[in-house]
Amino acid sequence: MSKLVQGYEVVIGFETHAQLSTNSKIFSRASVAFGAEPNTQACALDMALPGTLPVMNKGAVERAIEFGLAVNAHVAERSIFARKNYFYPDLPKGYQISQFEIPVVQGGEVSFYLEEGKETVHKTVRLERAHLEEDAGKSLHEDFIGQSGIDLNRAGTPLLEIVTQPDIRSSEEAVAYAKELHKIVTWIGICDGNMQEGSFRCDANVSVRKPGEPLGTRREIKNLNSFKFMQQAIDYEVRWQIDQIEDGHKIQQATVLFNPDTGETRAMRTKEDSADYRYFPDPDLPPLVIGREWVERVKGEMTELPRVMAERFVKDYALPEYDATTLTQSKAMAAYFEAAAKACGQPKLASNWIMGEVSRRLNAGEMTIEQAPVSAAQLAALIGRISDNTISNNAARQVFEVLWTEGGEVDDIIEAKGLKQMNDTGELEKIIDEVLASNPKNVEEFKAGNAKALNGLVGPIMKASKGKANPAQVNALLMKKLG
Amino acid sequence: MNDLHNLSVKALANLLQTKEVSAVEVATRFLARMGGNPHNAFLDIDSEATLAQARASDAKLANGTAGPLEGVPVAHKDVFVTQDFATTAGSKILSGYRSPFDATVVQRLRTAGMVTLGKLNCDEFAMGSANENSAYGAVQNPWDTTRVPGGSSGGSAAAVAAGLAPAATGTDTGGSIRQPASFCGITGIKPTYGRASRYGMIAYASSLDQAGPMARTAEDCALLLSAMCGPDADRDSTSLDVPAEDFTASLGAELKGLRIGIPQEFFGEGLHADVRAAVDAALAELTKQGATLVPISLPRTELSIPVYYIIAPAEASSNLSRFDGVKFGHRAKDYTDLESMYKKSRAEGFGSEVKRRIMTGTYVLSHGYYDAYYLQAQKIRRMIADDFQNAFKQCDVIAGPVAPSVAWKLGENANDPVADYLADIFTLPASLAGLPGMSVPAGFGAHGMPVGLQLIGNYFKEAQLLNVAHRLQQATDFHLRKPEGI
Repeated sequence: MSKLVQGYEVVIGFETHAQLSTNSKIFSRASVAFGAEPNTQACALDMALPGTLPVMNKGAVERAIEFGLAVNAHVAERSIFARKNYFYPDLPKGYQISQFEIPVVQGGEVSFYLEEGKETVHKTVRLERAHLEEDAGKSLHEDFIGQSGIDLNRAGTPLLEIVTQPDIRSSEEAVAYAKELHKIVTWIGICDGNMQEGSFRCDANVSVRKPGEPLGTRREIKNLNSFKFMQQAIDYEVRWQIDQIEDGHKIQQATVLFNPDTGETRAMRTKEDSADYRYFPDPDLPPLVIGREWVERVKGEMTELPRVMAERFVKDYALPEYDATTLTQSKAMAAYFEAAAKACGQPKLASNWIMGEVSRRLNAGEMTIEQAPVSAAQLAALIGRISDNTISNNAARQVFEVLWTEGGEVDDIIEAKGLKQMNDTGELEKIIDEVLASNPKNVEEFKAGNAKALNGLVGPIMKASKGKANPAQVNALLMKKLG
Repeated sequence: MNDLHNLSVKALANLLQTKEVSAVEVATRFLARMGGNPHNAFLDIDSEATLAQARASDAKLANGTAGPLEGVPVAHKDVFVTQDFATTAGSKILSGYRSPFDATVVQRLRTAGMVTLGKLNCDEFAMGSANENSAYGAVQNPWDTTRVPGGSSGGSAAAVAAGLAPAATGTDTGGSIRQPASFCGITGIKPTYGRASRYGMIAYASSLDQAGPMARTAEDCALLLSAMCGPDADRDSTSLDVPAEDFTASLGAELKGLRIGIPQEFFGEGLHADVRAAVDAALAELTKQGATLVPISLPRTELSIPVYYIIAPAEASSNLSRFDGVKFGHRAKDYTDLESMYKKSRAEGFGSEVKRRIMTGTYVLSHGYYDAYYLQAQKIRRMIADDFQNAFKQCDVIAGPVAPSVAWKLGENANDPVADYLADIFTLPASLAGLPGMSVPAGFGAHGMPVGLQLIGNYFKEAQLLNVAHRLQQATDFHLRKPEGI
């Protein structure tokens, strides 16, 4: 099942830091809004002023619970905050409050589809844990000659660190996993998913091994902040590790950074340099206790999850599983589909149009469904005109192009472009008779048993009707006349 | 009104409420006594700031919005951050530091009407048992200026004993309120862990630190403690959801039927005979009033020393990481890079006892040692707490000495930190269990130095402790005696 690279199996585990969408920080009341002037959103606690103490932001806990429910994980009744001790100027307390031995979310899984060659395969990545922690500040090394600036606006921003088992077997799977995880956290609204602003940061632990051998030594690629770089970085890292091993070198455990300009990964620090973090339970924070009632309440208030919605689409709209999964890639897409399907009463047609024309135009314009100039109602109206035989599929595509580029009402466009199908049998029969009369050769051939000769008749009929003839009707009439 | 400084908090409060004296008069009197900083008790005095608060109190007394302790002066241990005064925690690393906010305890006492006289000397970051670890010099014991006042709240105890303040705040991590109260012949109480907010108290060992009042009488302590305690969930997650309480309400209740547990481990060979005699006499007085003495055992008393000196330094090593010269406090003048800035700033800023505890704490939390030291200590800590619960099945309060001896000479243990650690043996168990404990004057021992009786209660039984102390003080006058010349 897993694809080998030069005879090696690739083993990847992910650690993702999702910034939780709270208004204030995880242990203080300071705002977490992005882009403020340095240190304007750092309160006494964020600056670690003497005497300040952390107080848990319940909103961050609720988001962790939501995530646990979304990935079918166990939400721990009791989890522990620990201090990770190390000195760094943008870490104001000299320790980071995180969860170490007992995290709030335990286990769980993320499933997704991905294309392998011509096949669509289903893949499940098991999660090890997800834990709450605070972000550090930022060190600014530019603009301060010979010195560094410290911006503590980000210090204390709530993060959920989501850790997988080493279940990922290729860079494609890695990207598919990351996209699926991104979809889940944005879908349930616990994270805005903005990778540029660092709201969703992925680290990949990559190792290679010969099939059947124990896990190889891993190197951790830090801060993969786009799906494109993610794949490039992992591909480079895998090749690099295989080359090293093939050359007789051993892989040293290390943390590496990907440089998008060179397309290479480079070691930042090796294991020998790694600090002893002296984790211990934070005595300023009692154990985080989450009662069943709290979990049930959050569950009750939670939005319908993508996989649940996909199942519903299969059941209620008789969609194939593939369509249902594709349409639930984003909440907005799913909402667009449901609105269109309900309005036109033709779910499968709506699905075809959205996965076909709509997606094609979105991709070409690098747009999201929210930006689509054709509304679900307009699409439904268009589909309605196909199913009531007012226009042909071909004509509908023309109408769609106009809707997308110029806007307007479906019926007005049909009228203006004269795309209405010729449903008047008398008029059509007249055209057919004329074409039959002027193409006796085709008629003879057809009667002699050459079925293909019919095409030579349909073409001119459609042309003579200026494309307005209903092809099915033309066929039926022809068969009758040539009977 | 030249004896204002000898009056209790209660008496001063009465005089102020009846407008027989003004808050400014009272403050002026104490500020005058503080001139020249006797016994090196204060670290920051700002008479303008004090008088401004006193004037505000007088205005409230005049317009009928006065708090119960309006205009009564108080001085704060320098580990409580204050806006009106500098806060150093007795450390050079925080020299000149000014907090943008007041500690909850400071704020609550201010709300009750108390006027701040200044900030009191203490062992650096509350680490010490003799107040000799202050970066700003040792504090003298007013009873004998060649002796230590105890620590770490040594400035608080000395100030009250010397009549420089009618009351003071202290903090108790392993005995830092009880032991100096005992050494200076005053009364002090540490409430149940979590009753007084730790917000604004510079952390030494977070799981042990508790604020408490120090004054001459149990009644005064009750008045202050009533104002200090109460939930503070928005600012301190370890603050308990237990409502504030009027600890004076049950003062005077009879002791008949009270069972006082006497832990045999507190009366072993390490206890000096003079201290034992004073403690025994106080216990005899309590039995005279109807209490009965019940022999009990706290079998892990000795273990409380290693357990405390693992847990407290472990937490301290992490709590003190924020003092790195980056954001506030002392930064070394000459450094070559980030690491040298850290090293030099901290090497210059911290004193030797603080460094010793940071190193001890770092060691016990290190990879490979954590299980053997820190986890093991936490297990024994729970057992110590269980031992108390077993004991409280047989008795209502526990009594014994506060410290094995009276105050020792300044400099006597200067090169022997372990001797200081061992002297904490009777106060550490209650701290580790999070129980309320207090020291009440029980008499005098060798060299005419004061001796305190320690009372330990079950969780939230502060009122009971204060009543026992109050009853003892109704029958004795040790708490009213003053060092010569005060």
